[in-house]
Amino acid sequence: MSNQKETRYVDVPGPGRIPERDKGRGPVLECTHLGIEFGGLKAVEEFNIAVGATEIGGLIGPNGAGKTTVFNLLTKVYQPTHGVILLDGKDTHGMSTAQVNQAGIARTFQNIRLFDKLSVEDNVKVGMHNNVKYHLPSSVFRLPKFWQEEKRAHESALELLDIFGMADLADVKASSLPYGAQRRLEIVRALATKPKLLLLDEPAAGMNPSETEELMNNIRKIRDTFGIAVLLIEHDMNLVMGICENIIVLNFGKVIAKGTPEEIQNDPVVIEAYLGSQADETGSEGFAASAAKEAQKKKAEKEKAHMSEVEEASVDVEE
Amino acid sequence: MLDYLISGISLGSVYAIIALGYTMVYGIAKMLNFAHGDIIMIGGYAAFCTGYYLHWPVWLAVLFAVVVCTVLGVVIEKLAYKPLRNATSLAVLITAIGVSYFLQNVALLIWTSNPKAFPNMLSFIPYVNIGRIQITGTALGTVVTCIVVMVALTLFTDKTKMGKAMRTVSEDKGAASLMGINVNGTISLTFAIGSGLAAIAGVLLCSAYPTLMPTTGAMPGIKAFTAAVFGGIGSIPGAMIGGILLGVIEIFAKAYISTQLSDAIVFAVLIIVLIVKPTGLLGKKITEKV
Repeated sequence: MSNQKETRYVDVPGPGRIPERDKGRGPVLECTHLGIEFGGLKAVEEFNIAVGATEIGGLIGPNGAGKTTVFNLLTKVYQPTHGVILLDGKDTHGMSTAQVNQAGIARTFQNIRLFDKLSVEDNVKVGMHNNVKYHLPSSVFRLPKFWQEEKRAHESALELLDIFGMADLADVKASSLPYGAQRRLEIVRALATKPKLLLLDEPAAGMNPSETEELMNNIRKIRDTFGIAVLLIEHDMNLVMGICENIIVLNFGKVIAKGTPEEIQNDPVVIEAYLGSQADETGSEGFAASAAKEAQKKKAEKEKAHMSEVEEASVDVEE
Repeated sequence: MLDYLISGISLGSVYAIIALGYTMVYGIAKMLNFAHGDIIMIGGYAAFCTGYYLHWPVWLAVLFAVVVCTVLGVVIEKLAYKPLRNATSLAVLITAIGVSYFLQNVALLIWTSNPKAFPNMLSFIPYVNIGRIQITGTALGTVVTCIVVMVALTLFTDKTKMGKAMRTVSEDKGAASLMGINVNGTISLTFAIGSGLAAIAGVLLCSAYPTLMPTTGAMPGIKAFTAAVFGGIGSIPGAMIGGILLGVIEIFAKAYISTQLSDAIVFAVLIIVLIVKPTGLLGKKITEKV
């Protein structure tokens, strides 16, 4: 199903491998033995991963597998109870959420969390908060520094919006944007913080196929224009298999598989996690193919049941 | 009649400035800082001591009061409220009441309960005559200050990055911190601004009503809180409108109904507003998440 050239990988010291093209720069994100316990419940454990500097990675798994928890650990919404997170080689231990963001991780949310009362442009400017440099006195007394910096922020906000075709919406209130545009704005806002790694939490949720197609192009565009890494959580397998170079599958808080889309699609453990213990019959087939077959089988069974019901009903009438 | 209106607007302007402090802190930290009224009193004493005992010029005495209150506000937030950031709102409320009594009793220790005669710090502003109506310098100064504060604050929250950070923290602390905004710093800044405004309000209040006691701030504090709720708590223009309306209602009640009943009437108005429009005049609609 992958419609792009297979990425060649190289092993790096530590927890994984990164695309060959990123070899010179070292991984942007490395997690070793990362985990968190909530009162004895291990929500995530032994999460090991390396993400290359321009890699598009995917994090998949059934509902409740701990995918969003991983994002919350990476952004320090939760403080990990185990393990190490290295961002561009720097340990993020003890950093606050805001500091991690300044260090280079930005994210979007599963449920859109824009600042509804602010305009589109202001939402983007909020993302630039730490890149706009003036202090309280210059804003109170409106010193030249304030005007310069605000002008610069205005220009770069419009520039950024323009890349995603939203420059003409700059003055619109964020809450009155259509759904797809709100999702795009969340990505723009995250990019405004100048991240090295962009985390997208179910970016295609609620999108129709053509919007999803556009999103896939946008994600590639982000990687190519900004030269950053993207890690995304997604249930839409077309999107995941279409753009992710490396995929991690979580189940019950544990990594059950890692690899390229092809490797994942053919991994019997993954198939079992998604479809239950049918793996014996379908293990040798592709993941998507087996999913389709499964769906077909279920549909057929349902129809059969329905038919027999109808038959019984007609028999009743005859009598 | 017009005289009453003018003194009502003047008193209302003081309420409005105090209410701005309440409303900003509520909007951003989601807490009612009941010690706010007592910060006014401290501001009054700070200006009184430097202006009256040390004979500092008015501008310097006011500036000193603003600095004292700003620092005090930030320190109170750090020591008393910040450790309770994730506690229930009731715990924070009770702490705020405790801080309020603490400040009153400290003032009682330092300055005793004897009322001090506060010198009118706005006496340098001349009378203005419009037709037959005379506007005192104090009233004029108060109203002008109020307008300046209102405009400056609106520009600040709408146009500067710190102001925008405040609005984002008010809307969604989690998302704000994920955008790299220092939530604690922003809350401190809010307390600093609110308390600085309280100092200005203290000077204005004591210039108009020149008795300064440790309990001076309590009643105006409560009334300004009423004004903030009246206008819609969390809204800056709401605090302004609520404050001025409350001042006008109070003066008219005093003039035409009864001096003793004026406070009762003010709070009765609050109750009626809350029954008719529970979010206040300009209050934000609260949409329940399902």
